[in-house]
Amino acid sequence: MHEMGITQSIVAIVAEQAAGRKVKRVTLEIGKLAAVMPDAIRFCFDVVAQGSALDGAALDIIEVPGRARCLDCGDDVVLVEIFGRCTCGSRSLERLAGEELNIKSMELESL
Amino acid sequence: MCTTCGCDDDAKITITNLQTGQEDHMEKSIRNPPHQHSHDHPHHDHGHEHTHDHQHMHDHDHVHHDHDHQHHDHAPQPSAVAAVAGLHAVTVDLERAILDKNDRLAERNRAWFEGREILALNLVSSPGAGKTTLLERTIRDLKDEIEISVIEGDQQTLNDAERIKAAGAPAVQVNTGTGCHLEADMIRRGLDSLRPGFGSLLMIENVGNLVCPALFDLGEHAKVVILSVTEGDDKPLKYPHMFKAAELMIVSKIDLAPHVDFDIDRCEAMAREVNPGIRSIRLSARTGEGLTEWCDWLRTARQRLALAAAQ
Repeated sequence: MHEMGITQSIVAIVAEQAAGRKVKRVTLEIGKLAAVMPDAIRFCFDVVAQGSALDGAALDIIEVPGRARCLDCGDDVVLVEIFGRCTCGSRSLERLAGEELNIKSMELESL
Repeated sequence: MCTTCGCDDDAKITITNLQTGQEDHMEKSIRNPPHQHSHDHPHHDHGHEHTHDHQHMHDHDHVHHDHDHQHHDHAPQPSAVAAVAGLHAVTVDLERAILDKNDRLAERNRAWFEGREILALNLVSSPGAGKTTLLERTIRDLKDEIEISVIEGDQQTLNDAERIKAAGAPAVQVNTGTGCHLEADMIRRGLDSLRPGFGSLLMIENVGNLVCPALFDLGEHAKVVILSVTEGDDKPLKYPHMFKAAELMIVSKIDLAPHVDFDIDRCEAMAREVNPGIRSIRLSARTGEGLTEWCDWLRTARQRLALAAAQ
């Protein structure tokens, strides 16, 4: 359950950047291979945001599918796990996407 | 900020130098992030980049007004964001990695190690896999050949650092309180206290946990994951992130292998499934079997580091 701590980081970073302004919406980008569960983040978010500049803010999570390139045949490979195999049998994969753990943007409330 | 397990907002970290007995405290608070300076720089299309050469880290936020296509070519106003937001809602692109702060500090540690040709290894495992026992044995076998120092991570007690000191190496104990992993700033504080020498070997024994330590870069040269034969041989598939992140897997306690059902070949095959490049060494710190291979791996890693520095 490391999502609680991750959520605390998100709230701390956004609240700091908002510099006292009220935050209406936060957009995150979480890769499907990032070892972080979006549902757990959503579950923690309202609790952690309470009493902060993010209290009542909407949370949007963009989930990024895992994607890799096979280093042997050059094919694109869809990854559902942190590891995988190309249809050619190779396990030498270069991960291209799916490990994101980013705060994309915040929307500040109008005064 | 425990960015991981949802431990206290104000977790207290204790760093104890076993040589001097000096205790040092770090406070981590998400309400007041320590030593962090952030400045908002609203964009006004000046047509040039801002560069800052100060000592402090600055985070630049680029504010976009997605509702309006007029350029703000006039002189910057101190409260530009507030002024615009006074009329409309405003979306601020942050594009910030959530673990960015730790990653930056880890890079600083990495540069510090490289400049001193220090081989820093991050030892990770479940609790009880034999990290400390392996370190004790390694120190006894190599201390006349290589300067070794240790940063010990545990939630509580000085027990492990005391064992390392008794084995003959300087040690610093980091007690993470409720935290379940070490972070880059704790290593920095440990280094300030330990001051490992040029060309030495620094062993970082992480908190016993196969999940969170995979997410936190400490600036180490490599992660070494230790798996004992008294655990399940399918752990590489159950905790793929850790085995993916490690350069070397040590299968420990192999003197107990005849008494348990652990299939070492199967375990190694699963580790390679997750991480084709992972190397495996089977050893017993108790009998000494496999220790030569481990010590040779350490020697080779140090030589590679010295060669890279010479180029």
